[in-house]
Parts: sequence; structure tokens; C-alpha cells
Amino acid sequence: MKRRTLLLAPAAFAATRARAADRTTIVWWHAMTAALADEIARIADGFNASQDAVTVQPVYKGSYGDTLTAAIAASRAGEAPHLVQVFEVGTGTMLAAGKAVKQVWELAQETGLPIDPAAYIPAVRGYYSLADGRMASMPFNSSTGIMWYSKDAFRKAGLDPDTAPATWEQVVAAADAIKAKAAAPIAMTTSWPTWIQIEQFCALHDLPFASKADGFEGLDSELLFNSKPVVAHVERLLAMAKAGTFKYGGRDGAADPLFVSGEAAITFGSSASRGNLVKSAKFEWAGAFLPYDPALIAAPKNSIIGGASLWTMTAPNRTAAEYKAVAAFLRYIGQPAVDSVWSQNTGYVPVTLAGFEKSKADGFYAKAVGADIPVEQLARGTVTPNTKGLRLGRLPEIRNIVQEELETALQGGQTAQAALDSAVARGNKVLKDFARTVKA
Amino acid sequence: MERRTVFGGRLLPVLLLAPQLLLTLFFFYWPAGQAVWSSLTTEDAFGQGFVYVGLDNFAELLADPLYLQSGLRTLFFCAAVSVLALSVALLLAVFADRAIRGRAVYRTLLIWPYAIAPAMSAVLFLFVLDPRIGLLGRWLNHNGVAWDYRLNGTQAMGMVIAASAWKQVSYNFIFFLAGLQSIPAAVTEAARMDGAKGRHRFRTITFPLLAPTTFFLLVVNVTYAAFDSFGTIYALTHGGPGKATETLVVKVFRDGLINQDIGSSSAQSVVLMVMVVLVTAVQFRFMGRKAAA
Repeated sequence: MKRRTLLLAPAAFAATRARAADRTTIVWWHAMTAALADEIARIADGFNASQDAVTVQPVYKGSYGDTLTAAIAASRAGEAPHLVQVFEVGTGTMLAAGKAVKQVWELAQETGLPIDPAAYIPAVRGYYSLADGRMASMPFNSSTGIMWYSKDAFRKAGLDPDTAPATWEQVVAAADAIKAKAAAPIAMTTSWPTWIQIEQFCALHDLPFASKADGFEGLDSELLFNSKPVVAHVERLLAMAKAGTFKYGGRDGAADPLFVSGEAAITFGSSASRGNLVKSAKFEWAGAFLPYDPALIAAPKNSIIGGASLWTMTAPNRTAAEYKAVAAFLRYIGQPAVDSVWSQNTGYVPVTLAGFEKSKADGFYAKAVGADIPVEQLARGTVTPNTKGLRLGRLPEIRNIVQEELETALQGGQTAQAALDSAVARGNKVLKDFARTVKA
Repeated sequence: MERRTVFGGRLLPVLLLAPQLLLTLFFFYWPAGQAVWSSLTTEDAFGQGFVYVGLDNFAELLADPLYLQSGLRTLFFCAAVSVLALSVALLLAVFADRAIRGRAVYRTLLIWPYAIAPAMSAVLFLFVLDPRIGLLGRWLNHNGVAWDYRLNGTQAMGMVIAASAWKQVSYNFIFFLAGLQSIPAAVTEAARMDGAKGRHRFRTITFPLLAPTTFFLLVVNVTYAAFDSFGTIYALTHGGPGKATETLVVKVFRDGLINQDIGSSSAQSVVLMVMVVLVTAVQFRFMGRKAAA
């Protein structure tokens, strides 16, 4: 018996190899962890099982920043992956990547596998498209910033757990009540300080973040977020920090655990935290629209998206068959069934109109109360040049600069005005450097 | 005393030197040359086009107040780490050099931290000092000390100095211990017979005799603090809050690898390279003179 197995083994091995050789393998670098990584694997497995010509191999490459850095380094070495997941703020950098990437419209044209931009939700599609509407990258995981709060803490503080504060004034009052009743160790915190407190704040109140329609209309855009209303908002945060109702939780997503663990009663974060909250939060929570300031705008505008899209990368020895395989996979993830399952399991919004309709028809939004908040927040009102998104080069660096300046202000080292002025001055230098290198 | 071997031909010495020269060429001169070249250009992230800009990157760097601040911060950081690591190591070495029970065990244990990777030592410090999960950090906050290195630059600086120095103490300890053991017993005994007391004896006999070791360690420590502390700092604070712990090396990494500003990052590396050359030159000169004397 043993001997027979041994004899058969090489033959079996050869057979698998032969079968594997028939399939084109495409490598997909991503930045998803925990529950989200499981969903990535599910999509890849689903695609691999649905046909027998292509194998998609997802590879985790670290944070969004790490993944982009790794992809750039690999591209310079001629070893770029077929697909890479790039966060929305890397879009400006990728659009300037020239021959290192193959934009979606180009890929569709070359392979003859059509990808219809009209199938995608406009607020999402716009962020990843050229000025004339041709899609540059494939929308994949899109979220937006929303407010999360603990209903338990609200109850303890004597607040109505079913009515979320809608304006900033109400948020401040709620935070005061939470602190006064010691309903939670931290009344309020925020994830993604730049994205939510500056970028989203500008979009909601129809304020420009940068000139030239937030960068969509040219590389010579300049930052404008040191305007009076934004300064007033940062002053509000500083005052809350002083009063002990706002606790800075760190850069980027570092504050996420503060809410999941139940320490913070109110936080602002990605709508995609939903998956982790369902899995890990041991208290009753809810999501709500981002608060606005009625003195600045009567009805808040749409928020802008976050998350990431998929970019097709080129490499010196890449064959037409490989590009065709990539196109087939991109078409697969745009199918309503795949898109809606991905969105339902993760908390990202559906990126296709049909996917959204399918989730609605499935009765998902009736079951998962509040899951439609990000979709509604993205779709409300008419899109203006200030709410289309940001198209700025080296935006991750600018986000970091803003965080640095905010940290200094929170330490008491400078005023809100000085922090934003300095962030704008430093950020403008980054934009100028970017424009210079791209023109080169 | 000098030793000189005279070779008959040219081939043999060249052949003997070749492996070392090749290594240096490939692993030092080539990348260093590339850094110098990149520092004179600007380039997009994907490396598809570059422009020769002469010394623009350097001029911009020197005109940037943030760069100068980072330089001063690095000087302070190096001084603090070196002084802390050297003094603690010397103290421990003096004690471990005494005739105490189980000193072999102490010595071995004191050397351990050197074997820990910078990132791991940072994680260990987080377990102690993190305001939410760290033992000491939680205790401090509980007892009315507002300990939060994510917002307080001074606390963050203190923490990275402590973490960096901690790792270097063991290295210094080994050298100090060896230095102490090489001091002839006759000298200390003579001093003792003349009536010199412990502290006085240390100041007038032991410490001067340790001077060569101390100087060597000082150079090593400064170089360590300036370059090898990157892993610890980056894992602990990412250079923040604000720019409170951004040393020159952290800035090189951030500008080059994260922000993809290859030109400026290369210019910064070249500046660092020049500084290392200077430090090494000073060391060789000083040590050479010592050895000759």
C-alpha cells in the first residue's frame, strides 16, 4: 500500500503541475487584515472556482502605505504584481505612474473585455476616473467617514440612545453629558484625524480643501483648508480636549480600538469598521451621519469616499494572456452578487448600482440597521467641485503633516490657526515638489 | 614597533586584496555613488523620468528649518543616549567587577538585551509604557500623572532615549568590564596601600586607565544613537508626536520610502555619509595618536 502510494505520487504531482500550468496565475497585493482578509480570500476562491483558466493569488503586503511603497519598489525592479490595492489618497500618485500601470479603460480596450463605467456608483467612480469619465482604476472597497456611538454609554449619560447628535453643537453637549455622568472613560475620540476632521468636514460644508476643484483641474493646485470655518472646527476640538471630552487617539486608524473596546463613547471612523464591530464589540452601538454645523450650511453635502481601488500594474515580461486574466477578474468582482456579498460582510459600500440594488432586494438594509447610512451620506445632495473627492499628489504625506501639526496644537504648542497655516504651507511645498517631479 | 611585509611582485598583493576590495566596491561604493547621483536629481516615484538639478536638493535642505531642527534634535538625542548608556554601563561594570557571589550570572544576564532586535525591544517598552496597556503607563495615569507619549513630545523623547540607551548598555558593559579587568591589580593595590578610598581611587586610578575604552565607546555610542536607533524610534513613535522624535535617520526613511521623495532623501543620506566620514576620521586620528604614544 505504502509502496503504491509512493509510486503514484510523482504521477499525481505531474498531473497537478500540468493542470496548474494551464492556468494563468495573477498576483494580487492587498492591505486587508482580520475579517476583511477572510473576505478577500473568499473572493479569490470564488473566482478561482468559477472558471479554470485563471488562478488569483492574494498576498497581504502590510498597511495601505506599505503596500503602495512595496508596489512602487517592485515596479522599479520590474517585478510588479498584476494587481495592487491602493488607498484613495494614493490615486494622484498612481495617475502619474505613466507606463507603470495600465488604466482600466486601456485594459478593457486591449483585451476586448468591456468594463462599463456606468455600472458603478457615481460618487465612487468619480474618484477613480479621468476628467473625461474613463475609469483609471477599479473601484473595490469604498467606505466613507461616519460617526459611531455607544448606545450603552448614551443611556448611562441620560441621553436618548436612538437619536444620534446631528450637529456639532449637539455632539459637544452629548460629550459633556457623558463626561459629567462618567458614562465612559473617554467621551469622544476620532480615527483618521485628517480624513474625517478636515477632508470630510470641508466636503460636508462645501468648503474647498484645495484650489482647482480639490486638484481635479490641474497639478498647480494649492491647499485652502486654513479657512475660517475649518480653523473654528479645530478650535472646537482643542477646546474639547482641554475640557477632557475629546481624547486624541493617534494617527490614521490608531483610535479604532478605543471604540471597539468600549472605552470611547463617540468616535468618528470608517464605515468599514462595521465588520469588526459586529465581531468584537461587546456593547450596543450604532452608526450615524457625520455631524455638521448649521451656521455654515443648511443641509450638509455628500461626504467623500475612502478605502481603496485596484490598479493594474505592468511588468516587462507580462503577456497578453495575463492582462486578459486581470480583466476577467476585475469583471468578476463587479458582478452584483460578488459586490453585494463583499459589501454586506465588510461594511464597505457597494461600488456598483446593481450590487446596491441586490443588497436592498436581499433585505440586508432592513436587517442590518444603519448599514445604509454611508450609502445615503455618499449619495445625498448634488455633487459640487468641493465634494467630488481629492486629486492631490503625495496626499498621504500631506495627511501626515496635518496630523503632526494637530498633535503640536493639542500639546498646547500652537493655536488652531497656526497649526493649519503651517500645515498648508508645508503641504503646498509637497504639492509643488510633486508637480515638478511629474512634469519631469 | 612596525611590521612590514615586502611582496616581490604585484599580482599576489592585488589578488589577496581583491575579495575585500570587491565587497567594498559592491556594497559600499556602488550604492553610495548612486545616492550621490540621486541627490543631484529629482525623480518621480516610479523612476520613469528624472531631471538633473545640481545642488538644488541640498540648498533646499539647508534652507528648511525643519531639517535644521531635526539635526539639533539628533544631536541632543545622541548626547542623551550616549551619556545614559555609558554611565549606567560603567556603574554596572564596576559592581560586577567586584568579588561578589554569582557574578558570572549577573554578567551573563546583563549582556542579554544586546541580542534583542530593536523592534522587539520597542514592543517590550510598549508593554511597560503604553498609556492604555502598559503596566507602568497605566499606573502613572491612575496616580494622576498625565502620561501619554502620543501627545506629549517630551515624554516621547524621554521614552525613545531610554529604550535606545537600554539596548546599548549591555554592549558598553562588556567593554567596560574587560577594561576594568585589564587594569593591573598591582596599581590598585598600591593605591589602596597609600590609603586612597573607594571613590577617590576610582576617580584618580580606575577612570583614567579606562579612558581609551571610554573614548572608543563614546564614538560607537554616538554612531549607534545616530543610525541604529531607527528601529526603536520608528516602532515606538514613528517620529511623532508632531516631529518630537524625528531624528535625521527617521527623516531620511520617511522622505525616501514613505513620501517617495528620492532626491531629497538621497541628499539627506549624503549629508549623513559625510558626517560619518568625519566622525571616523576624528576617531582614527585620535586613536592612532594614542596607540603611537
